[in-house]
Amino acid sequence: MIVEFDPTPEQEQFRAVVRDFAEGEIAPNAAAWDRDHVFPVDAVRAMGKLGLFGLPFPEEYGGGGADYLTYCIAIEEIARADASMAITLEAGVSLGAAPFFYSGTEEQKQEYLVPMIAGEVLGAFGLTEAEAGSDAGATRTRATLDESTSEWVIDGQKTFITNSGTEITKCVTITARTAPNEITNIVVDSGTTGFVVQPPYRKMGWHASDTHELVFDGCRVPEDHVLGVRGEGFKTFLRILDDGRIAIAALALGMASACLDASVAYANQRQAFGGPIGRYQSIAFKCADMAVAVENARNLVYKAAWLREQGRPIREAAAMAKLYASEIAVDATREAVQIHGGYGYIDETLVSRFYRDAKILEIGEGTSEIQRLILARGLGLPVE
Amino acid sequence: MNVAVCVKQIPDPAVPGSLSSDHTLDRSGKLILDESDSYGVEMALQLVDAAGGGEVTLISMAPNDEVSGLRTALAMGAAKAILVSDPALAGSDALSTAKVLAKSIERAGDIDLVLAATESSDGYTGTVPAQVGELLGWPALTFSRHVEIADGKVKVQRQTEAGYDEVEASLPAIVSVTAGVVEPRYPSFKGIMAAKNKPVDKVTAADLGLDASQVGWAGARQEIVNVEQAPARQAGEKFEDDGTGAEKIVAFLEQLKVV
Ligand SMILES: Cc1cc2nc3c(=O)[nH]c(=O)nc-3n(C[C@H](O)[C@H](O)[C@H](O)COP(=O)(O)OP(=O)(O)OC[C@H]3O[C@@H](n4cnc5c(N)ncnc54)[C@H](O)[C@@H]3O)c2cc1C
Ligand SMILES: Cc1cc2nc3c(=O)[nH]c(=O)nc-3n(C[C@H](O)[C@H](O)[C@H](O)COP(=O)(O)OP(=O)(O)OC[C@H]3O[C@@H](n4cnc5c(N)ncnc54)[C@H](O)[C@@H]3O)c2cc1C
Repeated sequence: MIVEFDPTPEQEQFRAVVRDFAEGEIAPNAAAWDRDHVFPVDAVRAMGKLGLFGLPFPEEYGGGGADYLTYCIAIEEIARADASMAITLEAGVSLGAAPFFYSGTEEQKQEYLVPMIAGEVLGAFGLTEAEAGSDAGATRTRATLDESTSEWVIDGQKTFITNSGTEITKCVTITARTAPNEITNIVVDSGTTGFVVQPPYRKMGWHASDTHELVFDGCRVPEDHVLGVRGEGFKTFLRILDDGRIAIAALALGMASACLDASVAYANQRQAFGGPIGRYQSIAFKCADMAVAVENARNLVYKAAWLREQGRPIREAAAMAKLYASEIAVDATREAVQIHGGYGYIDETLVSRFYRDAKILEIGEGTSEIQRLILARGLGLPVE
Repeated sequence: MNVAVCVKQIPDPAVPGSLSSDHTLDRSGKLILDESDSYGVEMALQLVDAAGGGEVTLISMAPNDEVSGLRTALAMGAAKAILVSDPALAGSDALSTAKVLAKSIERAGDIDLVLAATESSDGYTGTVPAQVGELLGWPALTFSRHVEIADGKVKVQRQTEAGYDEVEASLPAIVSVTAGVVEPRYPSFKGIMAAKNKPVDKVTAADLGLDASQVGWAGARQEIVNVEQAPARQAGEKFEDDGTGAEKIVAFLEQLKVV
């Protein structure tokens, strides 16, 4: 057996480009965006120009034709500078664009996917409702076909939808009940009458990421705005979520690895009692443990990306990567704050922002509990 | 319109450099594209684009068949490269470098314009572009902060202390550009993958018709006799602020003629 752990020279070269971009265009502004709760649309467009929104899609739609690992590396590198920008990218690609790539008609691909890939517009994915989160099958939003006008009439509500209300948001793909036991994906264009985007949530972290509650009140869209096959909405989003979990795990990995670097640098530089604090085992060993966790997370994330690239089943691998990477990211940010002492608690400090930004990773795109549920079921346990 | 860009591949400035025993910079490790040259590459790509046709050829002289920096510039969009790599070139001074670059430009053939940086980040003699111009018998325009092609001529804004001069020359010509002439693009993943298959013409001094005695240590007209640390800075004069601190600062600045 030959195990190959080296990314290709091209992947490494691209990592260097994205790191350069993140350090030059994102990192210097991230603290201000966080403080002011700004969605930095110019920086998002710059990510588009760099081709990040099109990485995993084929060149015929303007994509980069990259493998999934390259996409994960890009997210990891952006996340090292700013989790908000990384989630804007991840949600834009994995939740916004991917459904069109998988399920869209050629026309839908041309109209939606192509500009999303170019980073000119964003798409959002509306699954969660006030009373249907982990239990997404409990979706209450209804869409009824008005035969006389060939339009869907949508009534209902969605909660916590990323990228749904930016000035470049083109549409939201929602899951809606089109019959008692039927869930269908329907595309609702921004600005459609009866589609109300509520003011952004005030959040604990991810301040520069755009999150809204959406209300549908007799909202009408043309019949052909169904994405994919009617009644297959549930199947589609399970697939979308599996893929997305690998990408979220890459985001968590980036945050954890940035915390490791910041912690080691600070432990070497900060003086206390006549020497650097890194000479205390209690500090040094935190860094050592963090390094192990980052290494493990990287192996899980890259392996999951590799499995996906091979066309193998990824449900468990994606769940493991997401579960582990998000939990070690929360641990790493907490310990990084501890290593930074009082400075770690001050808003502008990177690790303080990361501490606030990390927690959501254990919740979004399937909570840690849901990942464990997937894994336990995969083990054949009769778990509920 | 075909543009050649001289791109130097240099040791990563982020990594502390060291000198070899012959007092030259240790270039045995991985080399990267000199950031100064990314401006020339971008400018060239934009000029070719504006002209509606043609291609960008890279010219580089570097040890050990180094292509990392060239790959970066190819990923940005250059079409091909000529790399001169030859043990006989070790110890080349700026003039030998210029001879090699001039011969390479001739080898590329059918070049309308050559771009280079004002000075490299590691050697920074700032003399190579003008020497290349002289060897080719082409006009050399320097310190350009803006470059355009019109009516078969190259027109540049030449940076001066006070502003800029407008200078133009007939083609072919060589132009050295300043940082800030244009904003270099980041290479895309597609560009990086495409760069893998772009041709790099690897040549030796002999391939260029240069005799080993004209280049390298043999051809150098200058010799590095010794290298010494710059003297440590002298401690400044210290004043306790007894209420006259502001006056003392003003007096000091007046003495320097800055106020
Ligand atoms: C900033 C942000 C951005 C988001 N972006 C999007 C988006 O773009 N699109 C979208 O559709 N959604 C989005 N979400 C929603 C997110 O995916 C949900 O919040 C998440 O899936 C959890 O659902 P919930 O909030 O309803 O929690 P609940 O499902 O109510 O869970 C509450 C608790 O119960 C636990 N729990 C629930 N069921 C089980 C079970 N069977 N076994 C064990 N424990 C269980 C959960 O793990 C959790 O701890 C976003 C959320 C946030 C905060
Ligand atoms: C320690 C040390 C001692 C040196 N001593 C001497 C010496 O005694 N005498 C002497 O003449 N030189 C000396 N050099 C200079 C060295 O040989 C130069 O690095 C080389 O000749 C190129 O000159 P430059 O980098 O100063 O080019 P510059 O004139 O500063 O470069 C301007 C531009 O020309 C182009 N260019 C320059 N070199 C190349 C290249 N190799 N490939 C492609 N494009 C290129 C690039 O666009 C570059 O930005 C010394 C260098 C070092 C590090």
